[in-house]
Amino acid sequence: MKFDTAAEANPIDRMRVVGRAHPRIDGPLKTTGRAAYAYEHHDVVTNPAYGVIVGSAIGKGRIARIDLTVAERAPGVIAVVTAENAGKLGKGKHNTAKLLGGPDIDHYHQAVAVVVATTFEQATAAAALVRVEYAQAEGRFDLDEALKTAPLAKDPNSPEKQGPPESRTGDFEQAFAQAPVKLDELYTTPDQSHSMMEPHASLAAWNGEELTIWTSNQMIDWGRTDLAITLGIPKENVRFVSPYVGGGFGCKLFLRSDAVMAALGAKAAGRPVKVALPRPFVPNSTTHRPATRQRIRIGATADGNILAIAHESGSGNLPDGQPETATNQTRLLYAGANRLTSMRLAVLDLPEGNAMRAPGEAPGLMALEIAMDELAEKLGMDPVELRVRNDTQVDPEKPERPFSERNLVGCLREGAERFGWQRRNSSPGAVRDGNWLVGMGMAVAFRNNMNIPSGARVRLGQDGRVTVETDMTDIGTGSYTIIAQTAAEMMGVDIENVLVRLGDSAFPISSGSGGQFGANSSTSGVYAACVKLREAVAQRLGFNSADATFTHGQVLGGNRSAKLIDAVRDGELVAEDKIEWGGLDKSYQQSTFGAHFVEAAVDGFTGEIRVRRMLAVCAAGRILNPLTARSQVIGAMTMGVGAALMEELAVDKRRGFFVNHDLAGYEVPVHADIPHQEVIFLDEADDKVSPMKAKGVAELGICGVAAAVANAVYNATGVRVRDYPVTLDKHLNSLPAVS
Amino acid sequence: MRSFTYERASLAQEAAAKAQETPGAKFIAGGTNLLDLMKLEIETPQHLIDVNGLKFDKIEKTEDGGLRIGALVRNTALAADMRVRRDYGVLSRALLAGASGQLRNKATTAGNLLQRTRCPYFYDTNQPCNKRTPGSGCAAIAGYSRQLGVIGVSEACIATNPSDMAVAMRALDAEVETIDAAGRTRKIPIADFHRLPGDRPDLETTLSSGELITAVTLPPPLRGTHIYKKVRDRASYAFALVSVAAVLQRDGTGRLAVGGVAPKPWRIEKAEAELRGGAKPFSARLLADAKPTNENAFKVTLVERTVAAVMHEARQK
Repeated sequence: MKFDTAAEANPIDRMRVVGRAHPRIDGPLKTTGRAAYAYEHHDVVTNPAYGVIVGSAIGKGRIARIDLTVAERAPGVIAVVTAENAGKLGKGKHNTAKLLGGPDIDHYHQAVAVVVATTFEQATAAAALVRVEYAQAEGRFDLDEALKTAPLAKDPNSPEKQGPPESRTGDFEQAFAQAPVKLDELYTTPDQSHSMMEPHASLAAWNGEELTIWTSNQMIDWGRTDLAITLGIPKENVRFVSPYVGGGFGCKLFLRSDAVMAALGAKAAGRPVKVALPRPFVPNSTTHRPATRQRIRIGATADGNILAIAHESGSGNLPDGQPETATNQTRLLYAGANRLTSMRLAVLDLPEGNAMRAPGEAPGLMALEIAMDELAEKLGMDPVELRVRNDTQVDPEKPERPFSERNLVGCLREGAERFGWQRRNSSPGAVRDGNWLVGMGMAVAFRNNMNIPSGARVRLGQDGRVTVETDMTDIGTGSYTIIAQTAAEMMGVDIENVLVRLGDSAFPISSGSGGQFGANSSTSGVYAACVKLREAVAQRLGFNSADATFTHGQVLGGNRSAKLIDAVRDGELVAEDKIEWGGLDKSYQQSTFGAHFVEAAVDGFTGEIRVRRMLAVCAAGRILNPLTARSQVIGAMTMGVGAALMEELAVDKRRGFFVNHDLAGYEVPVHADIPHQEVIFLDEADDKVSPMKAKGVAELGICGVAAAVANAVYNATGVRVRDYPVTLDKHLNSLPAVS
Repeated sequence: MRSFTYERASLAQEAAAKAQETPGAKFIAGGTNLLDLMKLEIETPQHLIDVNGLKFDKIEKTEDGGLRIGALVRNTALAADMRVRRDYGVLSRALLAGASGQLRNKATTAGNLLQRTRCPYFYDTNQPCNKRTPGSGCAAIAGYSRQLGVIGVSEACIATNPSDMAVAMRALDAEVETIDAAGRTRKIPIADFHRLPGDRPDLETTLSSGELITAVTLPPPLRGTHIYKKVRDRASYAFALVSVAAVLQRDGTGRLAVGGVAPKPWRIEKAEAELRGGAKPFSARLLADAKPTNENAFKVTLVERTVAAVMHEARQK
């Protein structure tokens, strides 16, 4: 099914199952421990050996010598694989650095060997006995230093993957120079780690030339393709299975060393091997959100109309890596005739930077939405009113392109009303509650919508049950549930009569989970397959499919009805289709919107910051399941608090690695950090984006949160911090004296 | 983790003797720190002597009206003990500010005193660390040092002691009771229990080889306002940037020990003479010899402001 004209009325609009707050259908499996994660497929592979990876001890250089003799003789050791004995390996399309290093070392903790032994303990002990001599080389580990000479970067998000290095509309420099009110500030965001609960893990089993890999991955087909490329075997020989994923946030979009080393280890050992990455490898041997340095300039009229806006961002990555696209939202969010955005990309020898929940917009809004708060203060204007004043219903770079739906103003107004924004004291540092300095802040949430082709197979069995199969993944988001809701709605059956099977390359290729495209894209693919299945059912039952109604296990049309199950009396029906996307995203800008409101308190003595209240209002198309959508948004808000107040991978600029590489050193919020959170979804159905009329919320939810917190902290203290995370040491010296 | 042998001890002196005579032996009780370190091969004991079977799990009154806390009393039990809550509030509060409920259920009084630093370079065996591998150097001093020590540190090591409990015990002038391989017992004032690193940061306490902690004794209750204030980046389950254990009197005098800044709970009795003058002169005296890095210099200010917070809180009560 090609989606190239706006959706008309369709069975989803009935919202009998879709749009209902249905609890996750996979919930009981997870709460009772019956959902098998990558390391837990004890039923299908009963005799695995254990692989433990040795990571590079240096950030840049080469392996001078590697001595395996002691490790190979250690108790229980079956095989040791290194680049020397692994045979020729390719590099996956989505990998920046090789997943098995040697002799060249590209980054710290790059895998250099896997030790396979009978038990995990034996493999761990033997891995420590692999002797590697390194020849260390000078590495580039200092982003600020490297940015001094970094070139402009192409925009990887543009359709041709390499848009112009700069985007210009009007004459920014002249308009900015003449603007009566000006802001020109620098903001920094740090490297961040996804820190999902389940680290990467894989179980590999060979059957002759055929490899099955049970893993934890968001994108089945990408992983399968890249594993085949890496191993140099036909894609058809790889089965890639990932039914349950213990969190991803972008860190599991790509093939990583766990899967490659499990496959190589299993080949060498002649038996199935499983490998899990130790926690320190998550930041240092997978991907992370790259640090940014952002300069923002805004010129406005005295009454708050933006005349000129410029956003220039710098980030770093390994050679051939991508920039962090922190300017995304600035091209689209606010009105203004004169615009400039650009990105610089420095070469760094730190581990690979890549997508983490809302790549681009999350760090971009951390900066832009502080800048807007600062501009509001310069103008003597309410921050909400400044955003309303500069709303635009068209793409500001291409005014002929309207937004498909854009109810940002509705989010702002509803949020301000519900939060009690009018009680905010606009003078910073003016509100006290005992020893606490109290403030309120807000920020806009914005995240572009992406649609990805997505396929599904739907089967109506003779027992009347509907089975959906697609390689879509559920990374804790609720995919199983919204797919079941979609099929139930389309086929007119109860959700209990739908079985959803996900995460297996034996199933049709889906969008996968990422970029908040998963919910809308994958359910649209299921919609397309269900349309075909309805046609097949209608044909068997003698209905004109176009006007048949599927409801309560019945098919109604003309002036007669039939039982759905009668269609399969002589054999089950199977239909497969995929959704493909036409050019509606070219004629309409498709984005999601929201507003975050935060109350924060700062200890007047110690400077400690604690969030007191949070509210998000989202306008993001049809909400397929308010319960799972709310869980996505409150999780994202929690992650936003982490970004605001504590999350930072500390770079050792001499030794070239992320130092705080465990969950004691890399702090993320705990329950005690998270106060009452409220989420409101505005009623919306966006017919330009998909037959589901839905968009995504999982990344929208984090966008702007950190700035809302930072703005609340500023409102509490009167001390502006532009370097994330906003930790107490950054404002301590400017707080009121205490002794 | 390296392979090791294991035995359960039933008599304290035998355990101490065994520890002294067996190469690479270590005691294990709660194991909340030791097992983590063994998995990372930061600790590589060849033999573990499990002391959980020793009968050091009671909290008893002492003759002089203080409390004797058995070495194996779990942090949870100690924090919840009615006598501790009533008479040694600073200790109960310090315990509850540390770790998590699950860890406190396992962690013992003696083990808490012996827990090792959380310096991230100590935890990464690819990095030089004089505490882990004497003579290899210190990567932290010119590296990521925001969490690390500002006073009592040396050219060889700037690691901090992560304990909350020990800071309160320092304010209370607790004593550590031990038994050695020959059956001799002694009491070590808490002030003398932890060593400063100097050029041997691998040596962290004044315990001799095989010497086993049997109890910690608290002197008779100290009247006054008991406060433990722990400052950290997140609200729970984090090590202190700075913590203050205080017992303060209405006249402005008191005792005050600071955590998160040094290789041991940091208290200078003479500095307490400055308390009547307020947090500033007290802190200036307490940290007169501070040698912070650029990254952790804020701790000097933070100590002063946290002490001020504690004094303010005491005045409100």
